Amino acid sequence: MSFLKSETARAWALASPLVLVLLAFLVLPIIWILVLSFWRATEFAMVPDFSFENYAYLFGSTVTWQVFLSTFRYALITWVLTLLIGFTVAYYLAFHIRSSTVQMALFLLCTVPFLTSNIIRMISWIPFLGRNGLANQALLSMGVIDQPLEWLLYSDFSVILAFVHLNTLFMITPIFNTMMRIDRSLIEAARDQGAGGWQILTNVIIPLSKPGIMIGTIFVLALVMGDFVTVRFMSGSQRSNVGRLISNDVGLLQYPSAAATSIVLLCTVLILIGLLMRFVNIRKEL
Amino acid sequence: MSKMRYSRRSLLKTGVAAAAASAFPAPMIWAQEIKDITLRQFGTGVSNLNEVGQKVKEDLGFTLEMTALDSDSVTQRAATQPDSFDIADIEYWICKKVWPTGNLQAMDTSKIKNYDKIVGIFRSGKLTPESVIAQGTAPHTVGFTSGPGGKDFVAEESGWMTLIPTIYNADTLGIRPDLIGRPIESWTELLNPEFKGKASILDISSIGIMDMAMVCEAMGEIKYADKGNMTKEEIDKTIGIFTEAKKAGQFRAFWKSFDESVNLMASGEVVIQSMWSPAVTAVKSRGIPCVFQALKEGYRSWGGGLGLSKSLTGIELDAAYEYINWYLSGWVGGFLMRQGYYSAVPDTSKEFMTADEWGYWFEGKPAAGDITSPFGDKLAGAGDTRDGGNFYERMGRVACWNSVMDENQYMVRKWNEFIAA
Repeated sequence: MSFLKSETARAWALASPLVLVLLAFLVLPIIWILVLSFWRATEFAMVPDFSFENYAYLFGSTVTWQVFLSTFRYALITWVLTLLIGFTVAYYLAFHIRSSTVQMALFLLCTVPFLTSNIIRMISWIPFLGRNGLANQALLSMGVIDQPLEWLLYSDFSVILAFVHLNTLFMITPIFNTMMRIDRSLIEAARDQGAGGWQILTNVIIPLSKPGIMIGTIFVLALVMGDFVTVRFMSGSQRSNVGRLISNDVGLLQYPSAAATSIVLLCTVLILIGLLMRFVNIRKEL
Repeated sequence: MSKMRYSRRSLLKTGVAAAAASAFPAPMIWAQEIKDITLRQFGTGVSNLNEVGQKVKEDLGFTLEMTALDSDSVTQRAATQPDSFDIADIEYWICKKVWPTGNLQAMDTSKIKNYDKIVGIFRSGKLTPESVIAQGTAPHTVGFTSGPGGKDFVAEESGWMTLIPTIYNADTLGIRPDLIGRPIESWTELLNPEFKGKASILDISSIGIMDMAMVCEAMGEIKYADKGNMTKEEIDKTIGIFTEAKKAGQFRAFWKSFDESVNLMASGEVVIQSMWSPAVTAVKSRGIPCVFQALKEGYRSWGGGLGLSKSLTGIELDAAYEYINWYLSGWVGGFLMRQGYYSAVPDTSKEFMTADEWGYWFEGKPAAGDITSPFGDKLAGAGDTRDGGNFYERMGRVACWNSVMDENQYMVRKWNEFIAA
């Protein structure tokens, strides 16, 4: 009885629902994917096995390396752009807007586009950027160009444009949140000590916004590295990333091969986030 | 509502086809029970049309629920989730993959009223007695099984069909004649540098590889023993040629669904691409010139049919047979033929088409007046003839059937690399 009343037991009891949910819906599926990645596939069936064939094929193909490389490239470029835009927007909202009502109104305005499906938001770029789309027509009629720009659509440009458009909010929100918690007297103190605007930004605001930046980074990286739909539609299937490799395999009933690729992707993303965590201890700073 | 008083037998008599009734020695089923039946059909978008479902409700009284998916998803579902459907509307090459799983049941041809009128392609394999059977998975090779419960394919008309043929067509490249401005005669044009950044191919491996093979063979790069069953070397070489073209920027995009192919063509992003007949029709109905170009090397053809889930029994199974008989009795055939497909039983479809429509779509004659789609869009005006000519000219020039190869898995991996390259 004394055990049941103890602090430890209460802590366990409180934590157990979450543990069970995570076990059932996160850990077990991942274990299942791991197991599956060692199976073999025939045309339409999966054969239980313990074979490294899927991994051997994955690492043996130059295409895999290229695809992982382009996935990192998309993630990096998207990260830089969403960070720049996200930080600027959050900074403006947090420090330049004085009235908290206007602040909240503007912040909610940022979220309005997210009330529609992200597929719709993405696909609506296609007629805009097309060879005979609005962008090209406008540029042609203004005389800026005399041939339609081909690279506007079905290119790296359109993929990254869509990624930035879809994911910037995930950067704005956490950065805005941490910026709002910064004690304004610190900024005053810095100013009293004679710091200029730039010094305040680099020495006070950026270090104190780090947890927000880090959370935003994790969101953006995870979303971009796991994406397949944006790359498929915005590149007209001409470019690929790891997500598309997996979705192609699933479409062709090659589940074990898809599982192996997923495991490799999962490990890559986990290592990446592990590295990021070394730079900033999110839990301590929240 | 008066129908509710009739037995199934009299319902049929007053309904679609009187003679069909004698083919059903099954016990009488009351119309009320038929009304409560829901058959779940799934398949590719081509023939999963809501109009068919509505007409079934009207003519037969039961409910047909339809789900449209892409070819890969259809295969996946038929192979892995037999209880999720009652009727599978699939292509013959999919059947070759799915049939050995035992998820579908053989159909007794003696219960199919119009069996004798089904075109030769689906029975002996020959369109006319002189026809040469094309390469690939020709429908008749996977159309029959040894008996109820059979998981094999037999060459002769055994009386047990795997799929009841419903729809088929001869595919070729679609072009925008207004943007190309010169005649296109060969499959090689798909890789012509003249159309750099303006070509497209479909991203469905089993069909795309065939279009590739047609191109490579036309270019004289590869001579295939059987385009429908390539060796590893042939696959490597074929995909190699296209990967090079892709890297050189030949393709604007790849498409996976019908709508995508229509949008690519209609917006002018692409001027030459793999295409399906109704997609060409859809582009035309927007008033944009588009031709389903007949090419000298011939067509890549495909056929589809209805398969029954192994879990269908009793009254549902009877309803499914009734549905299949209704399907072949002409209304659907006419509906499909007016979109540019062919019906497995053209004779019955003729009754549901005007003489002018029949002349235009089947006989390749110049249209006397406006030809409209079943949805009311104008597809051709007086004097226009169908691209490629009449039924025998088109279906008689099939170079290859959509197929699934022995080296399918290897091909799929190579295809995945091509898409990722």
